[in-house]
Amino acid sequence: MTWVPVALLAVPALGALVLLAPAAARPRARARLLRGYGLAVSGLTLALAVALAVAFDYGDAGRPQFSTDLSWIPGLDLRFHLGVDGISLPLVVLTALLTFLCFVYLTGHATTRPRALVFTVLVLEVGMIGTFLALDLLLFFVFFEVVLIPMYFVIAVWGGAGRRAAAVKFILYTLLGSVVLLLGLLLIWANTGTLDMVALARAHGDGMSRSVQILAFVAVGVGLAVKTPMWPLHTWLPDAHTEAPTVGSVLLAGVLLKMGTYGFARIAIPVLPEGAAAVAPWLGAFAVVGIIYGALACLAQRDLKRLIAYSSVGHMGFVLLGFATLTPVGINAALFGNVAHGLITGLLFFLAGAVKERYGTADMPALGGGMLARMPRMGSLLTFACVASLGLPGLAGFWGEMLALFGAFQPAAGLSRPLYLTFMAVGGVGTVLTAAYFLVMLSRVTHGSPRPAALPTPIADVRGYELAAWVPLVVLILLFGLWPKALLAITTPAVHTLLGMP
Amino acid sequence: MIVTLAAMATLLPFLAAAAALLGCRWRPATARPTAVGSTAARPTAVDPTAVDPTAVDPTVVGPAAARTTTARTSGTGSPAGHPPDGPEAAGAVAVLARPTLDRAANARAAWIAVVPTAVSAGLAIWLAALWATGASGESAQGTLTVVDTGSLPISFGLEVTGLSVVVGLLVTLVALAVQVYSIGYLADDPRYPSYSAFISLFTSAMLLVIYAGDLLVLYAGWEVMGLCSYLLIGHWWEDRANSRAAIKAFLVTRVGDVGFLFGIFVLGLGAGSFRIADVLARYPEMPTATLIAATMLLLAGVAGKSAQVPLHTWLPDAMAGPTPISALIHAATMVAAGIFVVARLHPVFHAAGLTLDVLAVMAALGMLGAALAALAQDDLKRVLAYSTISQLAYMAAALAAGDDSAAIFHLVTHGAFKALLFLCAGAVIHAVGSNLMSDMGGLRRSMPVTFAAMTVGFAALMGLPPASGFFSKDAVLVAVGGSAGEGALSGAAAWLLYASALATVAVTGAYAMRAWLRTFFGEPPVVALPEPAPGTAHVITGHEAPLSMRLPIIVLALPAAFLGFAGLGELHWDVAVVSVGLALLGAGVVYAVWRADPLADPARLLGPLRGVCERAFHVDTAYELVFVRPVAALARVVVGADAGVVDGAVRGSAKATLRLSGLLRFTQNGNAQLYVSGLLAGVLIIAVGAVVLG
Repeated sequence: MTWVPVALLAVPALGALVLLAPAAARPRARARLLRGYGLAVSGLTLALAVALAVAFDYGDAGRPQFSTDLSWIPGLDLRFHLGVDGISLPLVVLTALLTFLCFVYLTGHATTRPRALVFTVLVLEVGMIGTFLALDLLLFFVFFEVVLIPMYFVIAVWGGAGRRAAAVKFILYTLLGSVVLLLGLLLIWANTGTLDMVALARAHGDGMSRSVQILAFVAVGVGLAVKTPMWPLHTWLPDAHTEAPTVGSVLLAGVLLKMGTYGFARIAIPVLPEGAAAVAPWLGAFAVVGIIYGALACLAQRDLKRLIAYSSVGHMGFVLLGFATLTPVGINAALFGNVAHGLITGLLFFLAGAVKERYGTADMPALGGGMLARMPRMGSLLTFACVASLGLPGLAGFWGEMLALFGAFQPAAGLSRPLYLTFMAVGGVGTVLTAAYFLVMLSRVTHGSPRPAALPTPIADVRGYELAAWVPLVVLILLFGLWPKALLAITTPAVHTLLGMP
Repeated sequence: MIVTLAAMATLLPFLAAAAALLGCRWRPATARPTAVGSTAARPTAVDPTAVDPTAVDPTVVGPAAARTTTARTSGTGSPAGHPPDGPEAAGAVAVLARPTLDRAANARAAWIAVVPTAVSAGLAIWLAALWATGASGESAQGTLTVVDTGSLPISFGLEVTGLSVVVGLLVTLVALAVQVYSIGYLADDPRYPSYSAFISLFTSAMLLVIYAGDLLVLYAGWEVMGLCSYLLIGHWWEDRANSRAAIKAFLVTRVGDVGFLFGIFVLGLGAGSFRIADVLARYPEMPTATLIAATMLLLAGVAGKSAQVPLHTWLPDAMAGPTPISALIHAATMVAAGIFVVARLHPVFHAAGLTLDVLAVMAALGMLGAALAALAQDDLKRVLAYSTISQLAYMAAALAAGDDSAAIFHLVTHGAFKALLFLCAGAVIHAVGSNLMSDMGGLRRSMPVTFAAMTVGFAALMGLPPASGFFSKDAVLVAVGGSAGEGALSGAAAWLLYASALATVAVTGAYAMRAWLRTFFGEPPVVALPEPAPGTAHVITGHEAPLSMRLPIIVLALPAAFLGFAGLGELHWDVAVVSVGLALLGAGVVYAVWRADPLADPARLLGPLRGVCERAFHVDTAYELVFVRPVAALARVVVGADAGVVDGAVRGSAKATLRLSGLLRFTQNGNAQLYVSGLLAGVLIIAVGAVVLG
């Protein structure tokens, strides 16, 4: 089964390559063919990811499985080292799923330049899955960067009115972050002489002095925090989300943000434990500021997509708070929150995109309320997604938030407990504010009577292909909410390994 | 066996809710740019699959338009199909017609709602019967799975105790009564299927709270109840006022719930387990400071959910929901969940003396203040809402005094008689077409059944023998009086509580008497409501409600009247005589004032305090000033700062980079020599860096 991770990369990559071949069919037939093609390739990738999840040895989730370790550039000791463990497996499946659902969504959705879009999204998928599979620092970095270029084009080509500026801001911001990340990775390499993440994680910082670890952690952390995004490095996010097309927003929120937080779990914390211990209080402080800040920004937001983008800042704040506790429960919370946020915010962006497509705007005052009357299914799904996002128990959003707060209640030894209690209290205020902005948004958009002036032709409610793209997300949100063990059982052993606990 | 029964009782309504939600037809409303009521004839047959914009049932055209104009009483709702109608409604030119009323779908939803609830109630009765045989000892536990979180595990399990058996009976039976009642009450509402599904979901969540064996499982049910409350208060979301009331209810309780969650953390970590049985076993080993911190935090959640001072403000506004919801969620069950939790963890609270003092003060303030507010309200449902706050404070008082069985006794009797009062109020509102008592009067002749049932309810509320409230209130007063001598409470708090409890008995008598007189006696107001808009449903039925509504009223009247005899042996005649005397005193004063001028509101006896009481001591205004507006202002500041400062720095750096690159351009002059030397300099710097750092 070791070929599966390689195949997970090869299938979308080859799929993208095939698209370079000239096609002669008439445009309309070609568009239909392309849709089916994208669906097939991403479906095959999803099937591989599911196969991986089925074949995964859950009794040994803390160890990388299905490893492929080939020499890549011998002179630099670079290795093509792939593998999955309990931390990366959920994210790999999530990525494959969201990409597939994006293609499902695209089946009913005509776009300009369909071939380029399918190509771009498939390349994007290679980068995203590769980031989660890579077990070599430089390989990780390569995939991390590979993602940026297609996402730049997704925003810049298929985006809204202000797409160019948003795309440029996105790429410059994240590239700048990547430079810092690369410096941090090289610093680790220079001090340990290896790029193998497994070996580095096993060493738990052996061979690096405390000051080097702190420096490396700050560099790596800043690079990852841009991607996460952590307050105050988040300002590329609202613009990128607002301008990106639906598919772009979904993948951006659902997967790209996770690459930042995944880096914390995979590199920053296990490889640099002393650096993590020194910087964690700062990380926690920025995280809780982000929670409050994101929530307040949402409260006064007019644009639906922008609101959801800012809500990501708050949710990622909870994820970072979980990491900052450096406890198993906190890191579990972060990993759970990662997946839950991918599902919930993915669904939210799908819905926001559909709303924008129908109304022609995502400006809430212009939407004019009454969505439950005009589009009951859409309004109900939006209500569901918002309720999940505000962290209702029984839905996936709850466990990440709750466990992050619980982690902050009892942080790792050596961290200041009063400080973390403050973080917990501030995070608690954040949950109230989160509920506030989602409910106010629901009230503005779904409740009330639609204005008479805003009643042109009837608007189509949720269409078949949309339902097909969204129902899996709804089901998974319910599943992980009602049965959190499904995820926690995979991550807990991996987290223990990562923290060097028995 | 016992746990299986509890699990089935909990799961059934959940499955019913899921089935009903999946079966919803979700028809969009369609644009109707004509005046309300152009459809003169009721369509004879409604094709359930047709989405025809013209086939609109006239009974449901009205509500959409009318309800948007019923915000005259600070967001109180009105029954579907029979809305009190404002004069503005006739002027509405373009409205959204409700989707075609699908009676078949409603009937199907009614079956999906009632049958599982009935089975649940049957299971709860079976459970109680098994329990009564005493086969299972103190408690029965069962764990489905244990979730390892990396720290304390969460056990997904149930635990049935004597307390949960009793409260489970109450919840399932009241839920059943309300489900049946709702069939008639919302007969003309096209959204009845989702409404009944949310009631089923609520029933399931409440049973989860009651039977939970783990604090976090309890919390899950606790929050889902809050969601159902939100969804049902906002059932008529066309009206923004209802939507606002729903948000307020969710947010105010959520503030408390954050404290509740932190309390669970403190308690769980202190005991080393989230299982309630473990917590109850290990609390004696925990330091008092931990216990006080935990219980104080839990108390925040209790205050939010049970609408106690200072988090009580959402409950009166929650009356915007349909009246059956007010009966079930906002009177009989969910608001009692806070009391239930304190009773469930009573030994822990008992060990934290300071918390009990705080609880006593909260209860003392809440019971009297809410009773005074109830005396000044004109909206019948708001009278009952404030009355609920006041009665919940009685339960809290009993808990503070250390007598959890008195609290639960009052919880159960109150659940019965307050649900009865609300269902009667719903019937009255159904008949009159208004929530306001100034629109009522003289209804005893036209609604004899409702009159008789509501009389029983008010008698129980006042604590008059032999109604159930008499016995339970007596038990509470005995407990509170006893704690004034000795007990867990400190002296001052105990005396304050006792004095407040006695004073509240008199005020309760007064407001109950006032509501009773103004609803059923005197003459109907000469100037009735404005004429309903043409084409809307007949707004004012003026007679008894349909059988599906009357039946639950009659059935609930029995326990409201006789349930109290369960506590007959415990009666203390001295306290009983005092409390009945006080209640009659309050009622008598109101009666005297009312006799003097039956058309005027007896609330005038409050004199200058009337306005203050009507506004419930301006707490809402204060919260608006202290919390809501600053947060809104801060949000605007953040948005401004995000664009100006945080992103401004980014854009500023971009500009600076441009300028810098303008300078750098001078180096790009095409001189290869310069390039090579630059390259070498770079390599040198890297090499030095590698040596130094390595």
